[in-house]
Amino acid sequence: MKRRYFLLRTAAASAFVGLGGISSLSFKPEYRKHLTILHTNDVHSHIEPFGPNDGRNANLGGVARRATLIEKIRRDNPNTLLLDAGDIFQGTPYFNFYGGELEFKLMSKLKYDAATIGNHDFDNGIDGLYAQLPHADFDFICSNYDFSNTIMNGKTKDYRIFMKDGLKIGVFGLGVELKGLVTDKHYKETKYLNPVEIATDMTNLLKNEQNCDLVICLSHLGYKYDSDKISDLKLAEATENIDLIIGGHTHTFLEEPTTVKNKSGKNVLVNQVGCYGVYLGRIDFYFDDSSNVKSEGNSLAIR
Amino acid sequence: MRISVFLMSLCLMALSSCKNHNEILANIETDRLPVDSTIKQDTSITSFIKPYKEHLNATLDSVLAYNPKLLSKSNSDLNTAIGNLMADIVMDQTNPIFKSRTGQEIDFVLLNHGGIRSELPEGNVTARSAYNLMPFENEIVIAEISGKKVQEMLDYLSQAKTAHPVSGIKITANQEYKILDARVNGKKIDENKTYFVATSDYLQQGGDNMSFLQNPVNLYRSDYKLRNEIIDYFEKTDTIKAEIDNRYIRE
Repeated sequence: MKRRYFLLRTAAASAFVGLGGISSLSFKPEYRKHLTILHTNDVHSHIEPFGPNDGRNANLGGVARRATLIEKIRRDNPNTLLLDAGDIFQGTPYFNFYGGELEFKLMSKLKYDAATIGNHDFDNGIDGLYAQLPHADFDFICSNYDFSNTIMNGKTKDYRIFMKDGLKIGVFGLGVELKGLVTDKHYKETKYLNPVEIATDMTNLLKNEQNCDLVICLSHLGYKYDSDKISDLKLAEATENIDLIIGGHTHTFLEEPTTVKNKSGKNVLVNQVGCYGVYLGRIDFYFDDSSNVKSEGNSLAIR
Repeated sequence: MRISVFLMSLCLMALSSCKNHNEILANIETDRLPVDSTIKQDTSITSFIKPYKEHLNATLDSVLAYNPKLLSKSNSDLNTAIGNLMADIVMDQTNPIFKSRTGQEIDFVLLNHGGIRSELPEGNVTARSAYNLMPFENEIVIAEISGKKVQEMLDYLSQAKTAHPVSGIKITANQEYKILDARVNGKKIDENKTYFVATSDYLQQGGDNMSFLQNPVNLYRSDYKLRNEIIDYFEKTDTIKAEIDNRYIRE
């Protein structure tokens, strides 16, 4: 069910008036620019939909349905980015048989813009991941794995800036600590770098030097832990200038994104859509001319 | 569920983005879209998947062996036909490799009851049966552990009171599960000797709290996945023979 959304007084209401008044039938505001972010995480080689006897996932998922859904959204808004937060591999015999080839080929057909790397993407070793890269027409963005002593050297990007409708969208990626999760002979000499330090560098670069309109972190750190382990919630608190964290790893089914106050008191959205491709996450960002939108206070209201 | 987020704290963002232009973030809406059966499948995608799917199904469903009776893990006390089969497969498939690499022989095999993920139904046995039995990617490793650690293992088994699959070791417990006798190659456990134990990498790393397998004297990889051992065994076997026996019993 879609919830109707209401404009709060102040800022956006004046944007309305500025753009020619409120339609009596629709509450949908008209903003000057509209960016749609679509995202998946932990699809784990789930190519086909679940069958009718598959518990809570029964009859859900499937790449061919996801393709239809994405295509429809792209037709409505061509300014769409499609992102994945890692653990593309492992979970069905498709991976055991084809080593991830089909997963990458299908993500290319669905025109994914970028993905980050999850721990299970090392399940056939770093060489197994490298071997499948020719099948991926999208970038792997990972900022905190130092691959320089491995075969993956130069095959991933620290960050990317996407231009959509004149908007600059900076995307960087964070992977989970591999030690203990992945056998060391699989990740070889991949070095794991501190996610908070790397995120600080990346956001400084993307927001302050490159003047991105939006900064997105593609994370495979996990939503939250009982221990001190770094998570998306902790990362959001410990940094500034991230607008959205698209997470994975913990297979967390969030009905809606969590809002976290960052180091400078601004709000960060943290989202994750469970696993196995049973949901597609969607976040729409509306931008407008600063003269049409007044800023007021230091809060963010969720309806 | 659709939610909308209104931003009113735009000052900082306005400062940074207004260097180039006047766009500022005014509103956010979020939605979680179920990928369900109301959405039509994209036929260009299904036809792309089709040859992969057909090859996969043909391979998974081709008959490798015959199983004359249902093998379940829940129909006996401290050893089960299915557990015995899996532990014996690990011994059969791993020992020749281990011997050729090290000149040593595996003394015994230990797996975990929870790791048997399905039954083996009566009838044709396929690679899919092996995927059902063992969906995980665990590899067999050989841990060389002291006789003392083997004693810890026996204490663990007394506490666990569970049909953890074994092969190559004969264990006799009393009615309270306390282990009275344990023999490898007909001999009692010697605390001054070391033993080569084949197990899964998961258990060796402390899975199921089998801490006696951690920090072994030596650790050898087989580079052989448990599931592949099962598939290879099925391929060379015509009719599966697996029985409940007296390898681990209460008396």
